[in-house]
Amino acid sequence: MNAGLDFRVERWTLASRSAVAGVVAIALALIAGPFVLGPGAMDRLTILFVYVILAAMWNALAGYAGLVSVGQQVFLGLGAYFTIRLADWGLNPFVSMVAAAAIVGIIAVPLSFPMLRLKNGEFAIGMWVLAELAHLLVNLDQLVKGETGTSLISLNAFDAPLRRATIYWLALAAMVALLGALFVLLRSRVGAAIQAIRDNEEAAASVGVRVLTTKRMIFVFAAFGAAMAGALWLATALTFQPKAYFSVNWTAYMIFMVLVGGIGTFEGAILGAVLFFLIETWFGAAGVWYLIGLGATALLFALVLPKGIWGAIESRTGLRLLPVGYRLDIRSLLTKKNGTT
Amino acid sequence: MDAQGPILVAAGLHKRFGALVVLDGVDLAIAAGEAIGIVGPNGAGKTTLLSVLSGAQQPNGGSISFKGGDVTALSAPVRCRLGLARTHQIPRPFSCMTVFENVYVAASQGGGFSRDESYSRVTDSLALCGMLDIANRPAEALGLLDRKRLELARALATGPSLLLLDEIGGGLTDAEASELVETIRELRRRGIGIVWIEHIVHVLLQVAERLICMNAGKIIADGEPASVMANREVVEAYLGGSAP
Repeated sequence: MNAGLDFRVERWTLASRSAVAGVVAIALALIAGPFVLGPGAMDRLTILFVYVILAAMWNALAGYAGLVSVGQQVFLGLGAYFTIRLADWGLNPFVSMVAAAAIVGIIAVPLSFPMLRLKNGEFAIGMWVLAELAHLLVNLDQLVKGETGTSLISLNAFDAPLRRATIYWLALAAMVALLGALFVLLRSRVGAAIQAIRDNEEAAASVGVRVLTTKRMIFVFAAFGAAMAGALWLATALTFQPKAYFSVNWTAYMIFMVLVGGIGTFEGAILGAVLFFLIETWFGAAGVWYLIGLGATALLFALVLPKGIWGAIESRTGLRLLPVGYRLDIRSLLTKKNGTT
Repeated sequence: MDAQGPILVAAGLHKRFGALVVLDGVDLAIAAGEAIGIVGPNGAGKTTLLSVLSGAQQPNGGSISFKGGDVTALSAPVRCRLGLARTHQIPRPFSCMTVFENVYVAASQGGGFSRDESYSRVTDSLALCGMLDIANRPAEALGLLDRKRLELARALATGPSLLLLDEIGGGLTDAEASELVETIRELRRRGIGIVWIEHIVHVLLQVAERLICMNAGKIIADGEPASVMANREVVEAYLGGSAP
């Protein structure tokens, strides 16, 4: 009956094409970092890349899939631990980092079976329990020496400038690859299904979405990303103290970045990570007051701007720089209608 | 039944919630393209029957076959992909997504269509349900009628052979309901079978060629609408107590 209907589904706009081009240009420019930046600036940027990864991964899980976890430090900690473990067995430390993230991704598959049976608050707290459990298990390894911890000694075999540059490039590559993969995933049909599950799980199942399989995909992806961030953090910090890596503070930071930036928006998580990084750079030395300030900011945002900074910008201006949605072009449709009647 | 046999056969369906028996031995055979209305007092087990047929709930006993295969153990998404779709009595939109995206999920997942095929399925479903002009509106901004239409558009986009409708006309005005009837008649013309639960019987009878009345978890009458409505047991179930 409407076989002749003329329509267009818009997925890119001029603004979003420019934004992606801009992001690619920034990423390419960042490659030159080690040639122009001092060691201090390079270390700080590496930390920023790790924050962006953490925020994007938590946002993927909570903002898009509706899986709010307060235990993502389990994957961060395991990523660091397996890096230490593999390096101790003689694997190149840089290869160990990527391999450790892969191992954590594989471990996340069986973990997802019990965890994804849990709903909402149960899942959130269940993940925290899982993190505490992993923390205790890691302490059983003699290599770790309990809470005293250990170091990624094999990195010392590389001279400092080369080591610093390699970690920087690795962090940059990981961030770009993870953001790119997430963007492609969210723009695919799986991305739409993930958001449908977030909004109404039962309805999603009734229109053909394989709920558990789809959730598992994003759960494992987020685990892999957090583990990569953990391995990178270890490479910059060199020391591994289980308490520091399996700390719930990590998830608190992720929540802060995503809530302030804008939960459920691709741009928001990146913006939140940059803001968090700047706040830490400027006020991090203030100790307890810094933490109080962070908490107060998060609270303020939850009350005043529940969709975060980017969410507010998006709903006011309709601007979408990195869009994952669909827009039916009505103008071409109406023109056609008028033309035929 | 026609030569190729029924599209769906349910045999001896039982469903309990604790001590409460909601389905008490339901047998049902549906021919391809048939339009069936289901009536019955509140608590008769109508919605539970749809949920068990669609796979949202597992029966405690009995079996269901669809298109000749046993689907009793299959999940709701798998049954949907086979061509068995449903709508919900209380609409369940994907609130943070647009109308278009809501229906796109159904076409790309339940229908399993390619991207371009999904796009045209979505626009076709939206056109049929009169929602093209609000395709880019967020689902959370919709009123009741549009939420009901969205339920229908979404189920339709999965490309069903059999569509289970749960009080799609409930809460609507007569004018709105008759608009919906037109849409459902169009679905019938396309060969889609309909099983429709509805309290507004005169609306239902504009589409249904066969009427089923349920009471207390059992089918108490099944057949040509006029004879079912005249059935003594049906009258008793509706009026409560015995007819004069």
